[in-house]
Amino acid sequence: MLAGLDGDAAAHTALLTRLSAYLRAYFKTHLARIGRGPADAEDLVQETLIALHARRHTYDRSQPLTPWVYAIARYRLVDFLRRSKASVTDVAIDEADEVLAEGDPSSVESGLDLQKLMAQLTPKTRQAIQLVKLDGWSVSEAATRSGVSPSAIKVAVHRGLSALSRLATQRSSS
Amino acid sequence: MKTDELINMLGTNLEPVKGGQQLRTTLMIALGVGAVAAFCLMLVIFGLPAAALVGEYSGLKVLVLAFTLGLAAAGASFLIKSARPGEPGRKLLILIGLLLFAILSAGLVALILAHPAAWGGMVFGPQWAACLICIPLLAAAPFASLVWALRKGAPTNLMRTGAVAGLVAGALGATVFAFHHATGSIPFIAFWYGGPILVCAVVGAILGPRLLRW
Repeated sequence: MLAGLDGDAAAHTALLTRLSAYLRAYFKTHLARIGRGPADAEDLVQETLIALHARRHTYDRSQPLTPWVYAIARYRLVDFLRRSKASVTDVAIDEADEVLAEGDPSSVESGLDLQKLMAQLTPKTRQAIQLVKLDGWSVSEAATRSGVSPSAIKVAVHRGLSALSRLATQRSSS
Repeated sequence: MKTDELINMLGTNLEPVKGGQQLRTTLMIALGVGAVAAFCLMLVIFGLPAAALVGEYSGLKVLVLAFTLGLAAAGASFLIKSARPGEPGRKLLILIGLLLFAILSAGLVALILAHPAAWGGMVFGPQWAACLICIPLLAAAPFASLVWALRKGAPTNLMRTGAVAGLVAGALGATVFAFHHATGSIPFIAFWYGGPILVCAVVGAILGPRLLRW
C-alpha cells in the first residue's frame, strides 16, 4: 500500500488484485444471504476498488491497512443494500477478520460499462482519462497532445476518477 | 468490464499521494473560513461587539468561550478521524458528551442553589430568543465549509459525522455570538447556548447522509 501511495504502479496493481479477491469473497458471502448473485458482487468489488483508489489519500500511513479497507468495503455494501432497498440489518458491524479470511480469484464480468460511464464525463476530463489511464501516455505526453498544462491533466484525471466512482454507484440506483 | 481491466486502468500512470496531512489541513482551513464568515455575518447583523471582554460578566464570558471552543476543538478532532475510514474516535465522542453533561449539570446545580423565585430570571435571561435564532443562523456558514471539507475525505458513518459537523458549526456560531451577547447566568448558558448547539447537531445528523454521501 505504501509503495502504491508513493507512486509504484506495479505495487498498487498487485495490492488491488489481492484485495479484489478478498473483497469478492466478502461481498459474495453477504449478497448470498439476501439472494444476490455473483454479478452484483462483482459490481461491488469494482465500485470498492475505484473507491479505494480514488480515496487512497484518506489512508493514514501509521495505521493498519485492514480496518481502512474493511470500512470502505462495508460502506459500499451498506450503500448498495440501501440502493437496492434490501434489508441493512443483516450486515454485522464487526467482521473485519472476515474480509481477509479467504480469497476468491474467480472473475465474473460486472455490469459496469466503462465506455458508458466515460460518456457522461465532460469532454476535457474524458480525454485526460482516455490518454493517461487507458492509452497509457505519460502526463507530459498527454499534456502535449491535448495542448494543456501537465498540472491541468493531473487535475482532470483526479476529478475524472472521482466522477467515475460517483457515476458507478449512481448507475445502480437509477 | 472485467475487474482485471479496471485494476490495470487504475494502476496506469499512477500519481503518488502526498503525506497524510492533507485532510487535516483542509478541515482546518474550512474551520477557519467558516469562523471568519460567521464573525462577518455577526458584524453585519449587530455591528461591533457591544459588550467587550471586560465588564460585569467577564468571568462567565470566559466560561462560555471555554465551553464552546472546547466543544469545537473536540468535535474538529473527531471530524479529522471520521474523514478517514476505519478510525472510530470514540474517546472524542465521550469527551464531547462529557462537556455537554458538565455544562448542563452546572446549570442545574446553579438553579438548585438559587431561590426558586429567581429561576425565571436566570433561565429566561437577556435575549434568550436571540440565542435560539442567532446561533443556528451563525452556524450555517461553518457547517457549509465543514461539509465541503468532509466531502474531500471518506466518512463512513454519515449520520454521526453530520451530527458532529453540526455540533462544531453550532459551537463556532455560539462562540461568535458570545462576543456580541451579554451573558446572564450559568443556567442561561446551559440552556440557550447548549440547546441551540444541540439543535445544530440534530440538523447535521439529518443532513449528513444526504450531503456527505460518496
